[in-house]
Amino acid sequence: MSALAGFGVLANQTVPLNEIPALVFPALGETLIMVGITMAIVVIVGIPLGSIIFNLAPGGLFENRSLHTVLSWVISIGRSLPFLILMAAIIPFTRFVTGTNIGIPAAVVPMSIAGIAFFTRIVENSLRSIPPSYARVAKASGASNLQVIRTAQLNEAVPSIIGGLTINTIAMIEYSAIAGTIGAGGIGYVAVTYGYQRFDNTVMGVTIVILVATVAAVQLIGDRLVRFTTPQLRTSTRAGSRRATTLRTKTAVQA
Amino acid sequence: MIGLQQLTKVYGHGADATVVLDHLDFRVDTAEIFAVVGPSGAGKSTLAACVNLLERPTSGSVVVNGEVLSDLSEAELQVARRRIGTIFQSDGLFARRTAAQNVALPLQYLGVTAAETRRRVAELLDRVGLADRAGHYPHQLSGGQRQRVGIARALALKPSVLLSDEATSGLDPQSTEAIVSLLKELRDDLGLSILFITHEMDTVLKVADSVARLDHGHIVESGRIVDLLQDPASDLGRALRPWRGHTEPETGETAWQLAYAAKAVPTDWITQLSERLGVPVSLLGASIETINGATVGHATVGLPAIEAHRVVAAAEELGLAAERASAGAGDEIDELERVA
Repeated sequence: MSALAGFGVLANQTVPLNEIPALVFPALGETLIMVGITMAIVVIVGIPLGSIIFNLAPGGLFENRSLHTVLSWVISIGRSLPFLILMAAIIPFTRFVTGTNIGIPAAVVPMSIAGIAFFTRIVENSLRSIPPSYARVAKASGASNLQVIRTAQLNEAVPSIIGGLTINTIAMIEYSAIAGTIGAGGIGYVAVTYGYQRFDNTVMGVTIVILVATVAAVQLIGDRLVRFTTPQLRTSTRAGSRRATTLRTKTAVQA
Repeated sequence: MIGLQQLTKVYGHGADATVVLDHLDFRVDTAEIFAVVGPSGAGKSTLAACVNLLERPTSGSVVVNGEVLSDLSEAELQVARRRIGTIFQSDGLFARRTAAQNVALPLQYLGVTAAETRRRVAELLDRVGLADRAGHYPHQLSGGQRQRVGIARALALKPSVLLSDEATSGLDPQSTEAIVSLLKELRDDLGLSILFITHEMDTVLKVADSVARLDHGHIVESGRIVDLLQDPASDLGRALRPWRGHTEPETGETAWQLAYAAKAVPTDWITQLSERLGVPVSLLGASIETINGATVGHATVGLPAIEAHRVVAAAEELGLAAERASAGAGDEIDELERVA
């Protein structure tokens, strides 16, 4: 990060246009790595945790009021701390896990914790939207609890979970910018140090464009996946194009 | 065979306890369709949940082919549930699975191999007449087709008992008709004991061999459909009989309700009744049909003023139960108009 060498020394020093790609693209790479690793951890932990908390709640498969309350509180605490505070508060834990409190590994720990708390609620909420009759159908068909969760709950909630995952990923891109301040780098960090602290409007503009493009791309992929995993939406597109074809044929006949 | 023995379900404890099912006792024989009817809140859903072992009864037991299925551990229950196929109300199909994938679910849970599952699913869909809809998602099927997929799924593990929980509720008459004849066909071909829970009296009439009326957790009346229909004293029989309107009797005539109350009512009973009473009999309205081989129904006739006991006696000889019809709706309206 030689580009960062002059940090804090010279205000108003702008980065020449031809050096901007060399500054911005590695930073984008760092952001994607940070968010990518975090989201992998978030999904691996959040899906089981969300399923457990959903089924501990009244009406769930293994209803347990006290355990549900405890778990719910822990998640709520994780959700209620502003990310900057959470990050600072768990520094000892971060150092214990990664052996460092700067850089990408150090950023991934608080981001994962915040992300897991967020995603657990999203999974729980998605499972609530599934008709409870599905679980009864599965059980009456001889399913074990694990099979009920997999086939009657999670599998049916896939589009909703993907929608939530999209929101979560975008929130993590935002968190990565905050994590940037502990030396994790990333596009958000470049925006803050160059664009904001050094009043470099060009860098600021470029990072904004890149962030908007990244978020738009994540949203687009998310929407596509939701559409792809929902049979109704998939077929309505097909029906739509079929209608369009019919219309075209009609117009052709009239012409 | 499936039977309930003193099945009781109580929710809550102490003073808050609500008895939802109170010592229910009945038995559905092999190749029999047994309907349970009742208003909403009678305990039908709880009964269904106890029968397919999703809820544990507070006391009493569910017996399938002589084996007591309550009092099992959670793991044993999971296995026991496979012996009872359940057809749920219309929302029972998983939206993200095709018809074939829905039918395959119970086999998948059991761990049947993919090849065997494919073979069995094709066979089942063919059985319910939906072989050409295997790849369709539930939203691409009609209500009746969805319910037939549900039946195929319920049959996947070759159960000897089928529980139908409001399976025809919310279906149009044609679809109901199709489901009813499919269930009857399955009863005959596979010797299934079918417990048919519903709130629709007219469907009971079409599908069931026997019926029980559930009210406030009690079975208030039960019996074979034909017997109930021919028993003029039976409330359930009366509720099952479709009532049709009738025209008003001529001046000087009285309207009488005649209900078929015996196995052998002569087909020319109007003529015979007229001869016995020595007066003309005018037919004002009738609903007569054959159910499970027996003729049942009722008729409203107009008779000149004669002694009531003579009418009752003459009708009884012919196998009919007679009673004077209560004032028609038309009279009430007349009275209302007069008051106004």
